[in-house]
Amino acid sequence: MSGQLEEQSKLERVLRSGQLAVTAEINSPDSSLPESVHRNALVLGSLCDGINATDASGANVHLSSIAVSAILQKAGYEPVMQISCRDRNRIAMQGDLLGAAALNIKNVLCLTGDGVQTGDHPEAKSVFDMDSINLLKMTRTMAHEGRFLSGRKLESKPKFFLGAAANPFVPPFDFRPLRLKKKIDAGAKFIQTQYCFDVPRLKTYMDAVNDMGLSEKAFILIGVGPLKSAKSAQWIRSNVPGVVIPDAIIRRLKQAKDQAAEGKKICLEIVQQAIEMPGVKGIHIMSYGQEELVPEIIAESGILDNRNNNI
Amino acid sequence: MTMFRLHPAFLELIYKSTVVFLNLGKPLILRSRIINRGLIFAERLFKKPVFDCQMCGQCVLHNTGMTCPMTCPKSLRNGPCGGVRNNGNCEVKPEMMCVWVTAWERSKQMPIYGRNINAIMAPLDRRLQDTSAWANQLSGRTEIIQDEWST
Ligand code: SF4
Repeated sequence: MSGQLEEQSKLERVLRSGQLAVTAEINSPDSSLPESVHRNALVLGSLCDGINATDASGANVHLSSIAVSAILQKAGYEPVMQISCRDRNRIAMQGDLLGAAALNIKNVLCLTGDGVQTGDHPEAKSVFDMDSINLLKMTRTMAHEGRFLSGRKLESKPKFFLGAAANPFVPPFDFRPLRLKKKIDAGAKFIQTQYCFDVPRLKTYMDAVNDMGLSEKAFILIGVGPLKSAKSAQWIRSNVPGVVIPDAIIRRLKQAKDQAAEGKKICLEIVQQAIEMPGVKGIHIMSYGQEELVPEIIAESGILDNRNNNI
Repeated sequence: MTMFRLHPAFLELIYKSTVVFLNLGKPLILRSRIINRGLIFAERLFKKPVFDCQMCGQCVLHNTGMTCPMTCPKSLRNGPCGGVRNNGNCEVKPEMMCVWVTAWERSKQMPIYGRNINAIMAPLDRRLQDTSAWANQLSGRTEIIQDEWST
């Protein structure tokens, strides 16, 4: 039994224990020095149940997610390796997935990926050989059946805790739960959502997801984050694909004396409302250069109070 | 021809009749190279103006609201990415309606195949680009790809 438990990632064990989990995203450095990763992980690492290493998010090139994850793993943190379909075909992705398993990286988040037009190399070829749902299924085939997509057998089966992203906040709204179902059917065991700034929309989505029984099949973590100012909120909503920030939030920030403090307050309110919703199993914090706020958000929301780590 | 785009229920009927009709000529179609070429020509002629067909060779139109998923800049075959804009337009091409927003709306108007949008589609076999999807369907090629994927 204990052998089997060790095969599970720490994130998986926390979620299976029925406790709320906290994951956070770190900035992948523009550097080849492991210290740069350590520095970025320092604030979050010991508090979070998982640290997401992004895969050239926003189509901007950074240190690769597999390297960041390996460095985190070696330093004793719990990485969640993001892998997107934008830059690699199925041959490269399977090789990288095996590589991740060889480096003892267990949590893998399968993404479609932002288009190249958002990033610093808009002239690049975007690959999209397959989509995130195909990627999930391919990874599950490697892990469960011990074979590549071609059917060729693997010498050993890689172990993964598979995750996927969801964005309940963009159209077509009534299709979003069905798309989540596809992802779960394809093998996703945990879900991290895009930033939530619209709680009523999240509620509608979670109601549908609960009705479909999906929250029992996968652990759903809600994406949250503190906004620094009305200006940065406006920048994010017009430049980061898929992030929806309602006008009411921007107005609230504008009217506040201390916009950063208000941004944190809004974030705390959303965390509170999200974790009270049935079917929600934790939060995923994306702090956009405000990493120092993450410990405060965790402490003040009380989300990890009563945490039992002997699992 | 673009007027047809407004009537997904009509289009799926045409699709169904095409399948029946092609099946009648199956032995001939699979044997004759000339007919195969003719099919490629016909697909370009009809499917391009109506669906902006990209000739992927593995047609899934009836599973995707009679809307060609290959016109999605990320060529997604299993639903919309998370980048769809607030107004329903595409992340990559802001001036275009997201292909999947359209596909979903149209699926709801299709009594025969509408629900197929919930099924998981196999990734593309890139070797079939520019071949006849009709011939590939008749020869069972498309089905084999999908079945291997589903099991
Ligand atoms: S927004 Fe729609 S059409 Fe554009 S890339 Fe995403 S799924 Fe494809």
